[in-house]
Amino acid sequence: MSAFLTKSMARNIFYGGTLFSVLLFLALTFHTTWKLPGRIPTATPAPEVARGKSLWETRNCIGCHTLLGEGAYFAPELGNVYKRRGPDFIKAWIKAQPTKVPGRRQMPQFNFSDQQLDDIVAFLKWTSEINTENWPPNIEG
Amino acid sequence: MQLQYKSQAVAKPYFIAAIALFVGQILFGLILGLQYVVGDFLFPAIPFNVARMVHTNLLIVWLLFGFMGAAYYLVPEETETELHSPLLAHLLFWVFLVAGALTIVGYLAVPYASLAQMTGNEVLETMGREFLEQPLPTKLGIVVVALAFLYNIGMTILKGRKTALSIILLAGLVGLAVLFLFAFYNPSNLVKDKYFWWWVVHLWVEGVWELIMAAILGFVLLKVTGVDREVIEKWLYVIITLALITGIIGTGHHYYWIGTPGYWQWWGSIFSALEPLPFFAMTVFCFNMVNRRRRQHPNKAATLWALGTGVMAFLGAGVWGFLHTLAPVNYYTHGTQITAAHGHLAFYGAYVMVVLTIISYAMPMLRGREVNPERAQVLEMWSFWLMTVSMVFVTLFLTAAGLLQVWLQRIIPNPQSFMAVQDQLAMFYWMRWLTGMVFMIGLVVYLYSFFAKDKPQTAEAGEAQPAAT
Repeated sequence: MSAFLTKSMARNIFYGGTLFSVLLFLALTFHTTWKLPGRIPTATPAPEVARGKSLWETRNCIGCHTLLGEGAYFAPELGNVYKRRGPDFIKAWIKAQPTKVPGRRQMPQFNFSDQQLDDIVAFLKWTSEINTENWPPNIEG
Repeated sequence: MQLQYKSQAVAKPYFIAAIALFVGQILFGLILGLQYVVGDFLFPAIPFNVARMVHTNLLIVWLLFGFMGAAYYLVPEETETELHSPLLAHLLFWVFLVAGALTIVGYLAVPYASLAQMTGNEVLETMGREFLEQPLPTKLGIVVVALAFLYNIGMTILKGRKTALSIILLAGLVGLAVLFLFAFYNPSNLVKDKYFWWWVVHLWVEGVWELIMAAILGFVLLKVTGVDREVIEKWLYVIITLALITGIIGTGHHYYWIGTPGYWQWWGSIFSALEPLPFFAMTVFCFNMVNRRRRQHPNKAATLWALGTGVMAFLGAGVWGFLHTLAPVNYYTHGTQITAAHGHLAFYGAYVMVVLTIISYAMPMLRGREVNPERAQVLEMWSFWLMTVSMVFVTLFLTAAGLLQVWLQRIIPNPQSFMAVQDQLAMFYWMRWLTGMVFMIGLVVYLYSFFAKDKPQTAEAGEAQPAAT
């Protein structure tokens, strides 16, 4: 980088390039937000789905599991668990924790009420119906 | 040896706190690594998710301590004026440390759901999202500390000399604070939640943090090489231009499979394929400046850290990022140990190492000496190699685990379940844990190097020996 590029030229390219990138990103964001309702099960998640999401968050599920591939990699993907296991299995599984099998990874007991279990399942069902461009590659997540 | 500006001294507690929290982060990393193979280790006292929160949150907090310390150290020298308010800087240090410590204690002492209830999460639900697990009061505290910190740094730059380097640092810090505000946006629509969550996470580490990193590296190289400021600042502009042009649209590599439109596979793939460029420019920059140096700075350890940052950031963030960033590849690797491998080497190579670089350069002067004694420097360089090489191996073992995981769980005709696959990765997880232990040894050597003195008899022996004939 010799004389052909001066410091002030480099600075101007930085400001111009950044501004351009930010505007392009905002435009794409606007378009994505506009397209989103067609890609999710319901444009506004139902109250039980929202409650399920709160439970998901306040139990820090993401600290072990992935959800649509994001999170920790210690426990199975749950974005498609509704399709993999179904609602009854999910509830029974949550109620049966921890397994206490020596040496195995353990999930805490959250003492959910039936209502809360229904909410969690509603959230996982909603999530499993998002258009994820066919990810994950198979049902195992 | 006196500091050029006495208010630079406020950086010292920031660096000490950063190192202390770094130790905590690694200890919890070792717990996590063991839980991967001994699943019920410390359960139910410290479940995996709790240890992971502590591990990642400590990392973020200690890097922020490092960035703030770096700013307090380098801004007075760059602006050629004392810090606007050293008192405010001291005050913020304690606020941030106490808030951070209370948060970690909260994670460890109470179930997360109770912590959420105690701290008013229902008022504004922000908790329970990866890396943004902090209770609402902590998040608000971060905003207050960030604003007051920016005020302090901004006022200092306003009254003093305005160098490109300090403006770039300030731009990075402002970006960091502004983007954190998206941590408060958590709609019940999961796709939207995820979309804007990345505005904090991705636009921090693959956006504005690169500005901070470039400024810190530029400052240390300016000091240890004596190369002309014009040359260094021109390089900085080139690096940060590449960083933001590739990194902003590069956010798209997180929008492939979370419900966002398919065109993100194109935007994300193309732009994030270019994301190694700014890191490569940093590598070339570091070596170029050191080769053109006009002085032999006696702090050899700091020069080593600076060069190491240039190389490892490119490897970890650039190469390991590129490895799985193209959409057709990412379709198979998304959310596997490949991601974990990249995360470890990228954070270590870029942000851990740049903070250790500025600490290595500044800490001796903050302790009243120009450089550390020879023996301390040798030990510090040993710790550099121990930590860096062990982190490379942590990354290689996780990559191997990830490849096998992808193969067994996502590619073969009869894919196996997650836990069935995990059982078969145990050997790699054990190897990762052992190399993690080596990292810990490196960290202990690093800590010890701060207290190492030259042996008096060595110095005498050196003097007693007449020059070889």
